[in-house]
Amino acid sequence: MQELVEFMRIYQMIKNVLKCILVLLPTLFLSGCNLALFDPKGPVAEEAKSLIIISVALMLIIIIPVLMMIVYFPYKYRKGNKNAEYKPNWEHSTKIEIVVWTVPTLIVIALSYVTYVTSHSLDPRKPLGDADNQLVIQVVAMDWKWLFIYPEQGIATVNEISIPVDRPVEFRITSDTVMNSFFIPRLGSQIYAMAGMENRLHLMASEPGTFRGVSANYSGFGFSGMKFKVHATDQQGFDAWVAKVKASPKILDSETLPQLQQKTKDHPVEYFSTVDGQQFEQLIEKYSGAQNVE
Amino acid sequence: MSSKATIVTEPDIIFGKLTLDVIPFTDPVILPVMIACMLGGIGLFALITKMGKWGYLWNEWLTSVDHKRIGVMYIIVAIVMLVRGFSDALMMRAQQAFATADEVGAGFLPPEHYDQIFTAHGTIMIFFVAMPLVIGLMNVVVPLQIGARDVAFPFLNSLSFWLFVVGALLVNISLFVGEFAATGWLAYPPLSGIEYSPWVGVDYWLWALQISGIGTLLTGVNFFVTIMKMRAPGMRLMQMPVFTWTSLCANILIVISFPILTVTITLLTLDRYIGTHFFTNDLGGNQMMYVNLIWAWGHPEVYILILPAFGVFSEVTATFSRKRLFGYTSLIWATLVIMVLSFVVWLHHFFTMGSGASVNAFFGIATMIISVPTGVKIFNWLFTMYKGRVEFSASMWWTISFLFTFTIGGMTGVMLAIPAADFVLHNSLFLIAHFHNVIIGGAVFGYFAGLTYWFPKATGFMLDEKLGKISCALWTVGFFVAFMPLYILGFNGMTRRLNYYDNPEWTMLLWVAAFGAIIVLAGITVQLWMGYVSIRDRDQNRDLTGDPWNGRTLEWATSSPPPFYNFAKMPKIHDRDEHQYKKDHGMAYEVPENYTPIHMPKNTWCGIVMSGFALMMGFAMVWHIWWMAIVGFVGIFASLIIYSFERDKDYYVQVDVIEPLEEAHLVHANPTGLRAMQDKKSSLEA
Repeated sequence: MQELVEFMRIYQMIKNVLKCILVLLPTLFLSGCNLALFDPKGPVAEEAKSLIIISVALMLIIIIPVLMMIVYFPYKYRKGNKNAEYKPNWEHSTKIEIVVWTVPTLIVIALSYVTYVTSHSLDPRKPLGDADNQLVIQVVAMDWKWLFIYPEQGIATVNEISIPVDRPVEFRITSDTVMNSFFIPRLGSQIYAMAGMENRLHLMASEPGTFRGVSANYSGFGFSGMKFKVHATDQQGFDAWVAKVKASPKILDSETLPQLQQKTKDHPVEYFSTVDGQQFEQLIEKYSGAQNVE
Repeated sequence: MSSKATIVTEPDIIFGKLTLDVIPFTDPVILPVMIACMLGGIGLFALITKMGKWGYLWNEWLTSVDHKRIGVMYIIVAIVMLVRGFSDALMMRAQQAFATADEVGAGFLPPEHYDQIFTAHGTIMIFFVAMPLVIGLMNVVVPLQIGARDVAFPFLNSLSFWLFVVGALLVNISLFVGEFAATGWLAYPPLSGIEYSPWVGVDYWLWALQISGIGTLLTGVNFFVTIMKMRAPGMRLMQMPVFTWTSLCANILIVISFPILTVTITLLTLDRYIGTHFFTNDLGGNQMMYVNLIWAWGHPEVYILILPAFGVFSEVTATFSRKRLFGYTSLIWATLVIMVLSFVVWLHHFFTMGSGASVNAFFGIATMIISVPTGVKIFNWLFTMYKGRVEFSASMWWTISFLFTFTIGGMTGVMLAIPAADFVLHNSLFLIAHFHNVIIGGAVFGYFAGLTYWFPKATGFMLDEKLGKISCALWTVGFFVAFMPLYILGFNGMTRRLNYYDNPEWTMLLWVAAFGAIIVLAGITVQLWMGYVSIRDRDQNRDLTGDPWNGRTLEWATSSPPPFYNFAKMPKIHDRDEHQYKKDHGMAYEVPENYTPIHMPKNTWCGIVMSGFALMMGFAMVWHIWWMAIVGFVGIFASLIIYSFERDKDYYVQVDVIEPLEEAHLVHANPTGLRAMQDKKSSLEA
């Protein structure tokens, strides 16, 4: 009985603290507003943000009582407190065992459901909306720069892309060197770039702006400079940008590509008005087909 | 580890790839360290020679097969390596605090140097700090807890230790001769392949891990057999102390997972040395295979590190709550569940590789399931304190700090286990903050709790409690100041391993993190000072009874430090908290009527000599000095064969040696019992 009374008291305390936190939480997130992951600029990042918040909220149901018990138990049962009950041989309680196994299990079941659903809804391979309407950008990680090829527009760039707002983009990603990871934090998910393979990532910008893109996976001495800018604009802005690239005198062909394959650090933005042949496919073929060469 | 690094020379028949150019004489960061180390080494050598202690050192320590001494040596090497690994951490924090810039060249470390530092930091902290602390504690404690006289294979234990030392030495040699890997601590190919890393750094990494990894595997076999076969009469599995249980699970994990590491490293070695294509970009090599294999070892590895720490917390909490451990059975089952599940979650380290949604979901959910038994353990410790009499000793400080810190780390771990959330958090500083949160706040705090708790058992005197608490406070505050900013930076899109960055929004928080690292530095300094003060004042802090904390398990029944044979009489086990049981029933420190000779192993030269040859071979392989590698390789096996023909490997400790040792303990632990027995004996003689 005494135990029950004490549990009720602890429960009340926990409830009060939970209330406070529920009030505080939104303010915390508001103050975190300009953090990249809490200031998403596209549907994928938006969903990732709410996923993070939901999962934290679910876990706080158990984390907060535990943190309070961590403070309260040692304090209450400190050596000097002779009023507290002392049961040196008490070592088992079926009731407590049931609670400490079930409550976390229930939370994990809830989280597992969320995990299963979001693993599918946020699958990087899943097209966003109409697959025919999407803009395709081929991405090649190189030492230490990003090469982007727009097959539809027939242009290529280094370390800069532009995408129209609200149009789904399909990134087809490979590497001409070691493993990298293609990541635009404000737009959402990242995925590895690996030689001889094509990974796909579907993203979309829902607001105009310029966002940072990086390689998230260490790839050698020039890794820190392996970053690019993403300009999300309206259709006119995008068309203007394509026209600007098309005005470049450089073309991407079997002569200019080897220059890009040289190791460089902090590579400047480059535009190529034309792409000669199937450069992206050949770069993948170079590695994946190599075992059949002889 | 010079900033020049990246030197590729043509192999010479005598010196291999070794030339004078590979020694960083001109590097402003390395040179002072090199001079300091050389002076320190010469000073130490001169001091030992002057004191005439070489014979003592060789006979009593270097060739020792006594598990307690091997344990102490593991811990000493770990502390030295902790200082080394932590210096790396300070350099990284300083570099990132200074390096807000658009272009390479910011800060004081060029990428060629900085990238070696973060690789060395990870490698050292996991393999040469955390592992030896775990294995050192197991060595000191497990045989005592199960009432054994040594481990099952004492020579193998010595060999394991020395092979581990070879690994540590190779990593440290790389600081001054050549360079270390600049690939990240798990050396993902193709970056670690010969095409992208033609210099010797990766080879140092390979041979350091290969040689010390074999040592670890042998330890796993040794302790598995020891715990299964050498428990005192009457000790059933479900009566083993929790630290022994968690050590058993950790050793099962070692035995199953370390062969994967050995094979993976061997394949990468073949890629680099004889031009195979297991993991290269071309000719059918598969880098994804390496990443899977290395994590199939790597995930169990983190449980090898944390499970014994959980064991420490269980012992400490029960002892200082003056109460039986709550939910022993569920705690053991939770450990076993974690042990099994740790093998089916490895893919969560690379959700972003592009597996399908269902595969990712499976590994994500499997990972979350681990949080259930882990959570249960936290409740077990909490309910052990509940209705206890909690005494805030230094090891209890570490435990409560752990509970708080680790709970938060567990939460961020579950966040990372959700694949769709991991897609934005992976490889960011959020990830860095998470695993430091669980490794420092979980494993390392556990080792420190254990070191404080068992220090008097191993040495016979106590650590200064007050300084212990100060260092715990500094570590805890330092940890939060250093790593909470990294969580936020992860949310703000900062990825790991950056040498410089063009986003000034990050600078402020990186300065805070650097300040946190300095608080941790203060914590480490206090710990070293605590070691010094405790040794200086050891005569005032002697533990004469062998049971300074009023402990519950068997190790507290013998003297501190225990005699080399641990127990003169084999204890008979009645209860899980055997020593407490005996104290409660007035059976503790029973004075036996007579002693019998004890069969013990002799010390052997073989472990250290074999490892000397292994060091020779490892170094020679790194530098492609083939003749020397052959000498080393032949030497290893020649020593083993010679040793196997030795017949004089064991002896009997005679009663006239045992009796005074036991009486020296009993005179403090049970003076009345001893006097009664002496009177009885003398009356019989009369």
